[in-house]
Amino acid sequence: MAEPIISIRDVSKTYKSGLQALKPINLDIMKGEIFALLGPNGAGKTTLISIICGIVNPSSGTVTADGHDIIRDYKAARRKIGLVPQELHTDAFERVIDTVSFSRGLFGFAPNPAHIEKVLRDLSLWEKRNDKIMALSGGMKRRVMIAKALSHEPKILFLDEPTAGVDVELRRDMWAMVRGLRENGVTIILTTHYIEEAEEMADRVGVIDKGQLIVVEEKNALMRKLGKKQLTLELPAPLERIPDGLNGYTLELAAGGNQLIYSFDAQAEDTGIPALLKRLSDVGVDFKDLHTEQSSLEDIFVSLVHRTT
Amino acid sequence: MNTYGVQAIYRFEMARWLRTLGQSLFSPVLSTSLYFIVFGSAIGSRMMEIGGVSYGEFIVPGLIMLSILTESVSNASFGIYMPRWAGTIYELLSAPVSAFEAVCGYVGAAATKSVIIGLVILATARLFVNYEVQNWPAMLAFLVLTSISFCLFGFILGVLADGFEKLQIVPMLILTPLTFLGGTFYSIDMLPEPWRTVTLFNPVVYLISGFRWAFFGAQAADVNIVVSLSAIGVFLAACLAIVWRIFKTGYRLKA
Ligand SMILES: Nc1ncnc2c1ncn2[C@@H]1O[C@H](COP(=O)(O)OP(=O)(O)OP(=O)(O)O)[C@@H](O)[C@H]1O
Ligand SMILES: [Mg+2]
Repeated sequence: MAEPIISIRDVSKTYKSGLQALKPINLDIMKGEIFALLGPNGAGKTTLISIICGIVNPSSGTVTADGHDIIRDYKAARRKIGLVPQELHTDAFERVIDTVSFSRGLFGFAPNPAHIEKVLRDLSLWEKRNDKIMALSGGMKRRVMIAKALSHEPKILFLDEPTAGVDVELRRDMWAMVRGLRENGVTIILTTHYIEEAEEMADRVGVIDKGQLIVVEEKNALMRKLGKKQLTLELPAPLERIPDGLNGYTLELAAGGNQLIYSFDAQAEDTGIPALLKRLSDVGVDFKDLHTEQSSLEDIFVSLVHRTT
Repeated sequence: MNTYGVQAIYRFEMARWLRTLGQSLFSPVLSTSLYFIVFGSAIGSRMMEIGGVSYGEFIVPGLIMLSILTESVSNASFGIYMPRWAGTIYELLSAPVSAFEAVCGYVGAAATKSVIIGLVILATARLFVNYEVQNWPAMLAFLVLTSISFCLFGFILGVLADGFEKLQIVPMLILTPLTFLGGTFYSIDMLPEPWRTVTLFNPVVYLISGFRWAFFGAQAADVNIVVSLSAIGVFLAACLAIVWRIFKTGYRLKA
């Protein structure tokens, strides 16, 4: 596997209010991956991102970004990081192109109008470049914030709920943009409440709940591991109850007895399906159709978070 | 040194000011003109000379200081309070910009504005009184040093304030009394004891006195020029120390 680009070691955060937002977190983000951070409201996602980006002071622990300690060597670390925060914080009276150029300068990069133009074009902001920010719609302001974060060609990009309050079309655009960035070698860490987004985009998923990282797993492995599979048999005639000969199988009747559902562990070597089918014919249960289903990341997420409560 | 970063902040702040340049210059010029009409012409004609200069001339340095002090504090405090209030401060905090660089950008821009305002008032004053500046380099140096010091003070206020009211209250409740009682309109020699001694605890006395020294020479100054310079030096150093601490601890900037 690739080498880590961000290493988080024992990072915790207790706010002045006394609230412990993060229990010690250990996590490596790999170079070039898309990492999705999931978790319910108040789990600590924004806190973790804010610590890495220098907006919140950690209570303990260390973070390195591309080999640079984010505190001791903060200048080198921060030059490589772009951040799109969760809240829409933009200037009001500045023009779009000025605020994006400002960001590039702030991060210590020489002016590069060609790059700024590319970023604005990629985000469909070029036509609006001379507009005042306050005259833009919410979705457009979100794009301006992304453009600001990309103005200094970061190697690591944090997107804190980039698609909150964004319409379907723009969301698709953003996904495409994120994939394009990844192709150019940018590492992306995103948080989202749309699980489909993580499912669609992420290489790896981390689930955080009450300040604790409860799972970090490759998305496919996570789905394989925790995903329950179900085999649904469509019966020709409804059954009133599960025949006695089928004890020992996790079966349930659905759709008024017209469906027999068998749940099995997708990870297991032997799914038990061949044996079950043989057994069914032995006890005289016939079926006209069958199909299998796999639980989504959302189901997995809900079951994980519930398990810890 | 992140020079592009400093430039970006400086330009951003200057652009903000230039967008409303008319207003920015109009109000200090108007208020100074009013002071000249009331104190310089109307009352001043009945006043005797102070330290060898006419009353109209005498109040020029004080009036410039009066404007510079209030403009510096309000400009600089607003410059850093706005991003805190609007949330756009996240970008500064996440940028590779050191405390020193941020201060250079914000305070540098605010001080530039103050110096420009000071020079505009100086020119305006010429329409009312025929003053001469004896020591231009010293006058400019005082102008710049005072602007920087009070912009730093404003910057600190903008970082510590937790509401717009505080931004207004401090200049109103502290700065205005200090400048009015700091010898803008009179020489502290004209005060009876104990007020004369009390006044010596007002730092603004030293600023105005030093500034007046640069305009008219030692006979018009209330205190020795060296004392004036030391007072500004101490004030500047204190502000720098506080700013340094603020960034070191992230106080009120970082959670
Ligand atoms: N500046 C702060 N001072 C005190 N407590 C804070 C501060 N910022 C966040 N918190 C608290 O820390 C906890 C974690 O907040 P955080 O914003 O990291 O959650 P999150 O996972 O990003 O949630 P969401 O999905 O709603 O964005 C919450 O309980 C929140 O109230
Ligand atoms: Mg959040």
